[in-house]
Amino acid sequence: MPKTLVQEFTKGLWQELPPFRLVLGLCPTLGVTTSMENGLGMGIATTFVLFGSNILISMLRSVIPSKVRIACFIIIIASFVTIVELLMQAYTYPLYLKLGVFIPLIVVNCILLGRAEAFACKNNVSSSMADGLGIGIGYTLALGSLGAIRELLGHGSVTVWGHLSYNLMSAFPSYHPFTFMVQAPGAFICLGLMLCLINAIGD
Amino acid sequence: MNEMVKMVVVLTVLSAAAGGVLAAVNKGTASQIKDQQLRFVKGPAIETILAGSSINPIENRFEIKEGDAEKSIFVGKFDGKANTIAFEEFGKGFGGDIGVMVGVNMDTDKLVGTAVTVHSETPGMGARAKDDPSFVSQFKGLPVANPVSVTKDGGQITAISGATITSRAVCAAVDKAMQAYQKMKPELQQEIKKVGK
Repeated sequence: MPKTLVQEFTKGLWQELPPFRLVLGLCPTLGVTTSMENGLGMGIATTFVLFGSNILISMLRSVIPSKVRIACFIIIIASFVTIVELLMQAYTYPLYLKLGVFIPLIVVNCILLGRAEAFACKNNVSSSMADGLGIGIGYTLALGSLGAIRELLGHGSVTVWGHLSYNLMSAFPSYHPFTFMVQAPGAFICLGLMLCLINAIGD
Repeated sequence: MNEMVKMVVVLTVLSAAAGGVLAAVNKGTASQIKDQQLRFVKGPAIETILAGSSINPIENRFEIKEGDAEKSIFVGKFDGKANTIAFEEFGKGFGGDIGVMVGVNMDTDKLVGTAVTVHSETPGMGARAKDDPSFVSQFKGLPVANPVSVTKDGGQITAISGATITSRAVCAAVDKAMQAYQKMKPELQQEIKKVGK
């Protein structure tokens, strides 16, 4: 049964939510979610690449010979990643500095190759577009929420884009932030608990 | 055979197109990226070194050729005299190159300050070279004629504990800057006159 565009889009938000449902793309999920802003920034960069590469690969799917398809996918994905990298340097330089090596590493993020191989090269342009956007937004929300939880527990406050901020200490004056949560082990524990919660909720 | 040709053609065309697009994007964003780097990487370092300057050092900069590379020289004006310059040098650190902005007073030939711009040192260890001002403040007031090194190597700079390689790299960068300054001095004096006006 062919799915509608809406279904292709919404599956990325829950059923196939990349880091929690498919457990894909964990390297940046663990690495950059030290703050909500980093998580969202990384998610948006990935969404752009995913959206662009999905469209292009779907458009070229009849031209690309199957024996060299992976090489072609990598060229397309790497080009989009480099474009994102340059654009981030040009317009959001502080965020680019914070994300550092994780931006070029989007190339090897298995979500991108996974979507190209499993979806874009088999489906038409409009559903690939919906798929890329859905998965990308799902990924952004997942990284953003993980980043928000870690930042809130680790620093006691959440700040996004320098203006919007929420301070946990004002609501719970006795709370003491524990920096453990923004360090590497905190990422594993937080992700584990998140997976646990998502699995408990189920489909 | 036919398939073989198709593979080669597709890959070639795709790579060429990707190269073209990237070159265009690179060209289109180059000047914007340079601006951003000046503002966010070198900007804070320049501001700490040339704090209190009556002119904006980033706007009043000029380029000097030193060997193959072009150097950006930032000029600060104090008490009505444009006599202080700052520029960046690099040293090999633990995790890659460390950029150090070095400020020199051209009248006294002494360092007015140093600040780390870019680095990829270990957080909490080598990264303290940037975060902890007490380390870089040791360079302040040293004459450019004498080489600097950490106390372990018989010098005058107390290294950051647990980060000797980083400390050495910063010293090496400052050393390089002092040598470059002495070499460039005649040219600098020429250029700086234009800024003073």
